[in-house]
Amino acid sequence: MIGTSQPRAGGLARVTGRQQFIADINLDHTLHVKLVHLDCGHARIVAIDTAAASEVYGVVAILTAADLPQPVPRFGPVHDDRPILAVGETKYHGQPVAAVAAETKEAAEAAAELVRVEYEALPGVYTVAAALDPDAPLVLEPGLRPDDPLRHSNVLRELNYGWGDVEAAKADLVVENSYAFPMVTHFAIEPHAFIAAPDDGGVVIWTATQNPFQTQRIIARVLGLPLARVRVIAPDPGGAFGGKQHPKYEPLVALLALRTGRPVRLLLTLEETFQEVRRTSCEIHVRTGFQADGTISFQDIQSDFLLGAYADVAERVITKANYLACGPYRVPDARITVRALLSHTTPSTAFRGFGTPQVSWAHESQLDDAARRLGLDRVDIRLRNLARKGEAFVPGDTPCDGDWAESVRKAAGAIEWGSPIAAGRGRGLAVAIKASATTGASYSIVRLHWDGSATVLAGTSDMGQGARTVLAQVAAHELGIPIDSIKVVMGDTAAVPFDLQTSASRSTVFMGQAVARACRDINAQLRQMAADLGLVANVSVVELLRARFSEVRGEVIGVGSYRSEHQPGHPLGGSPSFYEFSCTASEVEVDEGTGEILLVRHVTVADVGKALNPQHVEMQDEGAAVMGLGHTLMEHILLDDSGRIRNLGALDYRIPTTKDLPLEMLALVVENADGPGPYGSKGAGEGGLMATAPAVASAVTEATGVVIRDLPLTPERVWRAIQSRDL
Amino acid sequence: MSSTPIRVTVNGAEREVEVAPNTTLLDFLRDRLQLTGTKECCDLGECGACTVLLDGRAVNSCLMLAVEGDAREVTTIEGLSENGRPNALQDAFLAKGAVQCGFCIPGQVMAARYLLSRNPHPTLAEVREGLSGNLCRCGGYVQICEAVLAASEAGT
Repeated sequence: MIGTSQPRAGGLARVTGRQQFIADINLDHTLHVKLVHLDCGHARIVAIDTAAASEVYGVVAILTAADLPQPVPRFGPVHDDRPILAVGETKYHGQPVAAVAAETKEAAEAAAELVRVEYEALPGVYTVAAALDPDAPLVLEPGLRPDDPLRHSNVLRELNYGWGDVEAAKADLVVENSYAFPMVTHFAIEPHAFIAAPDDGGVVIWTATQNPFQTQRIIARVLGLPLARVRVIAPDPGGAFGGKQHPKYEPLVALLALRTGRPVRLLLTLEETFQEVRRTSCEIHVRTGFQADGTISFQDIQSDFLLGAYADVAERVITKANYLACGPYRVPDARITVRALLSHTTPSTAFRGFGTPQVSWAHESQLDDAARRLGLDRVDIRLRNLARKGEAFVPGDTPCDGDWAESVRKAAGAIEWGSPIAAGRGRGLAVAIKASATTGASYSIVRLHWDGSATVLAGTSDMGQGARTVLAQVAAHELGIPIDSIKVVMGDTAAVPFDLQTSASRSTVFMGQAVARACRDINAQLRQMAADLGLVANVSVVELLRARFSEVRGEVIGVGSYRSEHQPGHPLGGSPSFYEFSCTASEVEVDEGTGEILLVRHVTVADVGKALNPQHVEMQDEGAAVMGLGHTLMEHILLDDSGRIRNLGALDYRIPTTKDLPLEMLALVVENADGPGPYGSKGAGEGGLMATAPAVASAVTEATGVVIRDLPLTPERVWRAIQSRDL
Repeated sequence: MSSTPIRVTVNGAEREVEVAPNTTLLDFLRDRLQLTGTKECCDLGECGACTVLLDGRAVNSCLMLAVEGDAREVTTIEGLSENGRPNALQDAFLAKGAVQCGFCIPGQVMAARYLLSRNPHPTLAEVREGLSGNLCRCGGYVQICEAVLAASEAGT
C-alpha cells in the first residue's frame, strides 16, 4: 500500500466531467456578481455614479465602499490592509471599486459597464527603483501602521540575517553580480470563483481555497460572527499553486449574500484572476567570496523584493526564502539584507517554491560564475560546498536532513554530465532548498464504521497534488483495510477538524501523521475491544467489528493531531520541519540565429524521504519542472507606464504547451526514509521548479558563452546577448 | 434580446430550444443544459478547457455561438462515457496518471478524441501537435501524451 502507485482518488469523476468545481455549483435563486475596476494602476476615486447601472433590469444590489460598514473592513493573512472594495484610491490595475449583483450574469455585466467612475489617474510605483525613490507616492497609508518607523516609505519590512563576519572574511575570488526575477502569475486553469449564501444566522461560503480555516477566521472577523456561524466549503480546487491560499473576494461575496438575503456567485475571468495573484519579483545583488579550490568563503546578499499594493502573505514569502538565501551550502560568513517593497501592482502572494526560485537563481548562478573563473567543474563546486547530513548550515537551526550530494550525483548521472557534447549544446545543473512548514497544526478524525469501511476527515485541500489518495493510503495501511473502502472527506469547516492550511508541501507530513495517529488511536481501541470481548489477538478487524456492533451498530472514532509549536525569537517563528531539496539538470541546444532554446533533456531529482505514491510524486515533479520552464523561458507580466498589465490574458501571457516540452524528461527521487512524515516521508511537489532557471541558464552559457542574469530567457533576450558577444 | 429556435443534437439526444443569438455554445451547454463537464477558463480560444466536438471536429465552444449548433451534433465529455463508465481513452488518462486537478482534463480528452478519430496511430510528435491547444498547469503533459498513445495502441 505504502510506496505503491494507487490510482488518483477522484480520478474517475475528473475524466468523465463529473468532478464539481465551484463554477459547476448551481444554487437556486442565485445572484450573479460582476466587479467594476479601472483601466490604470493607481487612481484617486472622485465619484461613483451607479444610477444608470441600477436601472438595468435584474440588478438587485450595487456596492461601493460607501455602502460598506465604516471604516471599511480590511483583511489579509498577516496584515489587515486590504479593503473589501477600494477606498478613496485604487492601488493596482484591477482592484474593484464596485460590485454589481443581478439576477443574470448578462445583467450584472451590462450594469457593471454602466457604473460611472470619475477618477484622477495618479503617478504610481511599479518598479523597485520607483518604490525606493524618496519622492515616490506612498502605497500604504501611514495611518494603517502608525507605530511603524517605516510608515513614511514604501518599505514594508527590512530583514537582516547572517552569521560570522563578512567584512573580515578572506577570499581568493569575489564574484559580484545582480540578478532579476520577473513577475509571473499562477495561471491555474480554473479561474478563481466564489459563492456565498446566508445560512442559519450566519453565512456559508464556497471557495476553491487551499485554506478554508483561514477564510473562516477572516470572514468571521469581518462580519462579527463566531467561527461556528461561518461555514467554508472548499471543493477541490482546479489548480492553486499558492494562488488560492489566502482570501480575496470571500468577504465581499459574504457581505453581498447577507445584504441581499440570497446566494451570490462571483466567477472571475482569467484576466481578473491574473490581476489578483502573482509571484513576487525581485532584484538581487550578491557578492560571493570563494577560495581557489571553490570553497565558499562568504555570501553578501542584498535584495529588493517587489510586493504588490497589499501585503497578502508576501512578507512571509520573503522571510522564509531569504532565510535560506545562501542555499544548501556551508557558508562560514553570511550577510543577507532584504527589503520588502510595496508597489501599485497586483498583490504578490504564495506561489509554488515560496520565494525559493528567486533566491536560487542568484546563489546558483554565482556558483557557476565562480566555477568558470576558477576553472572548476560546476558539479564539483556544488559537491564541495553542500552541507552534509547533520550539519547545521544555518547555524543553530534544523541541520541538513538528507543526503543532498546523492541527489546531485543522481541528476549528474542522468544528464550524462562530463560526457562529450555536440557543438551548440550545453548542460547545466543547479540545486535549491526550501524551508518547509515551521509552525502549524493538523487534526484528523477517522471513523471506522461497523462494516469495516472508514471515513477519514482531513482539512487538507486536494488541488491536484493528490493528498486525497495519499491520505487514503496511510489510513488503509494503518487500519489494514482495502483502500477502496476508505472515503476521505475534505474541505468543509463544518465537517472536518482544523488544519492550518495546504501549503509548504506540508500535508503529507502534518496531515499524514495526524491521519496515521487517528488510525493508531482506533487500533488501540480495537485491541481493548478484543480483550473486553475475550477474542483472540489475531481476529480480523471486520470480525471484531461484527462481534462488537452486531446489534445496535456503532463505530470506532479515532482522533489524531500533529503540531509544531511556535518558537519565540526564531526568525521564522519555528524551525523548518524538514527541507525540500531539489536538483535540476538540463541539456539544451541554442539556435544562435533566433535565440530559441531547445530542451534536449531535463532531469529533476527530489529528496522525498519516501515516495508514498511514486506516480503522484513523478506527476508533481514533472508538472513543477514544466512550470519552472515557464518562468525560465517565456513568462513575465509586463506593465505599461500607468501600471496596466500589457499582456493580460491567455493570448499574450504564454505558459508552456505540449510543444514547449523537453524532448526527454525525467523525474527521479532519492528515498532514504529520513523525513518526519509517515514512513520517513518528506513533503514534495514544489522542488521541481526551484532550480529550473539556473540549471537552464547555465546550460545556455555552456552552449553559447553568454551569461544572462535576467529572466525569462526569451529568444529575443538570448539573441541580443549573442549579438553583444559577437561585437 | 430575441431568441432564435435551433435544433441541436447533444450527446445523441436531439433538442429543440430557443437561444439568444449572443449565447455562446459553452454557456448554452453549461448554463442551459447543465453539462458542466465542459470548462471555462480563458474565454479566448487559447486554453482548450472548453473543447467539445461539433460534427466530430474539436472546437473551442467559447468561440462558437449556440445558434451555430443548429442542425449539428455536439459531443461533450459527458457523451463519451457509457453508463457512467469511462471509455478506453478515459481509462488511459487514469492509468497513465495524466489527471491531477482535473480542470483541463475534459478538454484534453475531447481534443485527444478528435486527434485519434483523424489519426488512429499518431506519433508522439503528432500527439504533441494535436494537444498543443490544450493548456495544463499541474502536469508536465508527459502522462497526457502517454495516455493518448496508450489509447491509440488499444485501438480506441
